[in-house]
Amino acid sequence: MIVTFLQSLPIEMFQYDFMCYAFLAAVLIAPLFAMLGTMAVNNKMAFFSDALGHSAFTGIALGVLLGLKNPLISMIAFGIFLSLAITKVKNAAPVSADTVISVFSSAAMALGLVILTGQGGFAQYSVYLIGDILTVQPQEIWVLFAVLIVMYVLWAIFYNRLLLVSINRSLAVSRGVPAALVEQLFVIMVAVAVMVSIRYIGILMINALLILPAAAARNVAHSNAAYHRLATVFGWISSIGGLWIAYTFGTSAGAAMVLTASILFFLTYAFSVHRRA
Amino acid sequence: MSTHNQCGLCHIQIENLSVISGGDVLLEDVNLEFHCGQLTALIGRNGAGKTTLLKAILGQRAYTGRISYTDHHGQSIKQPRIGYVPQQLEFDRNMPLTVLDLFSAATQSKPVWWRKGNKQACKKKLAQMDCEALAEKRLGDLSGGELQRVLLALATDPIPDLLILDEPVSGVDAVGLELFYKRVTELLEQYHMAILLVSHDLSLIEKFADKVVLLDKTVAAEGDAQTVFSTSAFRESFGYLLTGGEKA
Repeated sequence: MIVTFLQSLPIEMFQYDFMCYAFLAAVLIAPLFAMLGTMAVNNKMAFFSDALGHSAFTGIALGVLLGLKNPLISMIAFGIFLSLAITKVKNAAPVSADTVISVFSSAAMALGLVILTGQGGFAQYSVYLIGDILTVQPQEIWVLFAVLIVMYVLWAIFYNRLLLVSINRSLAVSRGVPAALVEQLFVIMVAVAVMVSIRYIGILMINALLILPAAAARNVAHSNAAYHRLATVFGWISSIGGLWIAYTFGTSAGAAMVLTASILFFLTYAFSVHRRA
Repeated sequence: MSTHNQCGLCHIQIENLSVISGGDVLLEDVNLEFHCGQLTALIGRNGAGKTTLLKAILGQRAYTGRISYTDHHGQSIKQPRIGYVPQQLEFDRNMPLTVLDLFSAATQSKPVWWRKGNKQACKKKLAQMDCEALAEKRLGDLSGGELQRVLLALATDPIPDLLILDEPVSGVDAVGLELFYKRVTELLEQYHMAILLVSHDLSLIEKFADKVVLLDKTVAAEGDAQTVFSTSAFRESFGYLLTGGEKA
């Protein structure tokens, strides 16, 4: 029904079913990433989400070893495991956070590559590197939709507590916020969001889509609500704009989305510098 | 407004509290009592375990021993409310976050990303610290004194069973300082809450504290300011004061 509606619009790219599906996927992924991105940027977790993206290979490899038809389950499971492991070690280790994350990131990526190249036919998995949103299937769009709804509900329930932890842990704890639990829930949410979308956006690009719209919004937002709204709008502009560029110029959609988001970041950055001057 | 602390029965008791981390004894067998309507000052040299004790009370640090809260009926309070004003709120000053956002996140269930919180309620609390004009300001744009006032307003919403002030006036100007202590005195008189103050400012403590506790891994001395200041344990911890080294 939505596809019929899109095709009735006088927009050239919607004459193809696959472009309509890709558009719907982009419209769903953007707010999900914008929402989680606001907190990832607040908590300086860009490096963390990058590591998470890299670990997708190991998730895929585990799926292959276990003989799973669709590696999404093993990707999500491994992503959750890795995020919780990083969070735990980061809080306990006498090593700095970026070193811990780097070790986990490299190890997870290398393990995945060793297994996948050892199995032969690595080429079939290289699609995960840059992603392909144009092959998204209607049933996958429903999965994205369901994930988005669940995430919004969780975000509505836990956000205030998560925000307090991100402002000051002791302050949050003094008000009865279970800081560790809230933090774990957040990294699990990021892991799930990254893994369900990585097939379409690509391992190399996924982190940018999480960080850039929120970072751009942060340049100009005053209040928290504005931060969220702007991040979502920037996410939509980047993903839909990127899709249009991909269609028009035949480029990778994920990369075009990230490029659009980067431009938004630089524009808002220039605006914020100008405003302060 | 809660006034459930109004009587002498209510107190907070710390019994045999010890904190050990990686083989190091940070606190050993601490026994203390804070009474409602009293300001208890916690002093000690750096590394004496003041921060560790606060973290144990806040539930951020594992400990052995017991911390119990008793209300004015002599009943135990299972889930005590603790108000906490951190030493220096370390947070990212570029975060898009207004004072109202902070209040709403801490006191309301409606997610602050969805829509702005209850501005009237927030302003009412801020007004008690003469800073209602700050509601729409970004937290990162506040001065040290403004931030402390906002944090004290937040820590007393709702009225806590125990209010912890961790070096609350470091970096606060003279006007801010006076306001801060005026409000603290009001809180003691009006709500009879127990206040635990950690500070290095001994003259201030002498002026405001009902009771002083000198910590050095364990309770080295306690009593009123004069009593504690005249102990040998105090001279060991703060010896430099006597040789004229303080605030030259």
